[in-house]
Amino acid sequence: MRPMSSLSRDEVAHVAGLARIHLSDEELDTFAGQLDSIVGFVASVNEAAADDIPPMSHPLPLTNVTRPDEVRPSLTADEALSGAPASEQQRFLVPRILSED
Amino acid sequence: MSDIIRLSAADMAARLADGSVSAVELTQAHLDRIAAVDGDVHAFLHVNTSEALTAAKQVDEDRSAGKPVHALAGVPVAVKDVVTTKGQPTTAGSKILEGWVPPYDATLVTRLRAAGMPLLGKTNMDEFAMGSSTEHSAYGPTHNPWDLERIPGGSGGGSAAAVAAFEAPLAVGTDTGGSIRQPASVTGTVGSKPTYGGISRYGLIAMASSLDQAGPCTRSVLDAALFHEVMAGHDPMDSTSIDAPVPPVVDAARRGDVKGMKIGIISQLDGEGYQPGVKARFDEAVAALTDAGAEVVTVSCPSFEQALAAYYLVMPSEVSSNMARFDAMRYGLRVAPEGVDAPSAEQVMAASREAGFGNEVKRRIILGTYALSSGYYDAYYGQAQKVRTLIARDFARAFESADVLVSPTSPTTAFKLGEKLEDPMAMYLNDVATIPANLAGLPGMSLPAGLSDDGLPVGFQILAPATKDERMYGVGAALERALEEKWGAPLLAQAPALKENN
Repeated sequence: MRPMSSLSRDEVAHVAGLARIHLSDEELDTFAGQLDSIVGFVASVNEAAADDIPPMSHPLPLTNVTRPDEVRPSLTADEALSGAPASEQQRFLVPRILSED
Repeated sequence: MSDIIRLSAADMAARLADGSVSAVELTQAHLDRIAAVDGDVHAFLHVNTSEALTAAKQVDEDRSAGKPVHALAGVPVAVKDVVTTKGQPTTAGSKILEGWVPPYDATLVTRLRAAGMPLLGKTNMDEFAMGSSTEHSAYGPTHNPWDLERIPGGSGGGSAAAVAAFEAPLAVGTDTGGSIRQPASVTGTVGSKPTYGGISRYGLIAMASSLDQAGPCTRSVLDAALFHEVMAGHDPMDSTSIDAPVPPVVDAARRGDVKGMKIGIISQLDGEGYQPGVKARFDEAVAALTDAGAEVVTVSCPSFEQALAAYYLVMPSEVSSNMARFDAMRYGLRVAPEGVDAPSAEQVMAASREAGFGNEVKRRIILGTYALSSGYYDAYYGQAQKVRTLIARDFARAFESADVLVSPTSPTTAFKLGEKLEDPMAMYLNDVATIPANLAGLPGMSLPAGLSDDGLPVGFQILAPATKDERMYGVGAALERALEEKWGAPLLAQAPALKENN
């Protein structure tokens, strides 16, 4: 098992980038300290459970719950687009998704 | 203040049925109360005046035409703002959803509408239900009706405060780590979290999908059972909804019988770190249950020591995934980054999430992303899932020797607004007694146990095995009856009167 490391300011910046959240320098300073103490606390789970304990992802033992594949009323295009920041021709209008070069 | 709004929901329903009050009068009385006190309490983010009155009028017409109506038809209800309401704003307490009007109703809202229950409005909450005080609402905190300088609990502080301030007889809450029960505890009200899957999650803006559960916030155990029954039941739109009959919660609440039942005190949640007045009221409540014919046993759940740590890995991990939907593309806030020509979708996303999310949401997303990231997954998320298994096993063992388990709901009474805002770890410790039930998916309830030495309400928590929700209603009703006999009235009768502004 990997030893617990503390969470550095650079790591917070990196993880925030992965999560697509821009952070100001000031936010980074605050969060790095707070998250480091939270990570220090939650790391205690490492000593808690032995290897032979199965993981539990969910309280109910359910598998492959499906409902009948039936056509039913759903949102109209106008309803689906009603909260969109921008739309055009009954579609979501988004910023460019490819780089220019 | 009109006396009618101080009745229980069950009594309101009886008055509506015998015609001594109309649904319009009852709804208007609550809207008047909201107008008079909510400037100080701030339980509501949106008040739904015209639609609520229209729904009430419809119920009155149906009744006078002799049409069959639901037993709670005409009893108004407030809805936590994390639950979608078609045609009414739903923000989840976040700037990223400011002004958003959902195009569909949550299943539980569909059921409330079908029962003819007027929707008074949407209640305040910590942003995306992340917090224990409502101070993480982007729209300002809710104030505890017992002391306006203090927190009403969280995340569902708005729903609990609305009920405690007689602005609504019933309110919908959601509970991921205690967000129904802890607010109930600190506001002297009743809050019930059904078994995971007992009430549909369809239309609940997800925080942690394997933990989230909607449930009732009320002023009595019977009201909670009646309200539970309206919202509960299988929903094909939620794959984790329980496909079985709703437990007989109303029947259990009406009987309120604990004779011969075994009440298990969880030794890990008995005393240490609890405010003395909280511990004293808890012990008295246990004694009252013994007097009512219950037998008390002590159970040990050693893994509960790791529950908080496991929760603060499982929950943020699910949060980081669920919050990815707020990408500024299909709904919600879109902000262009400053000084960038033709920004990319990713740059817009990062700028929008910076502007739209508050600090607690950002912290949890980052924590969850970190816990799930390559190289750390086994040590954090994987281990937390194993602890979850250990907690479920501890519960299973405890329920071999007890019918229900009990503890204080919260280690302290309501703290002052601002007191823990800058210290996330201190805030998280509020949930130490409520979290195990969410991790294991069990039902839990908090009801008033009296006032601590500081004159503020103390909550008593009852936990039952999965799908045996009726047990906590039975025990809760018995305790409520015994304590109210001692007090001479419901605990809320001791709350200071709120100033009414007209």
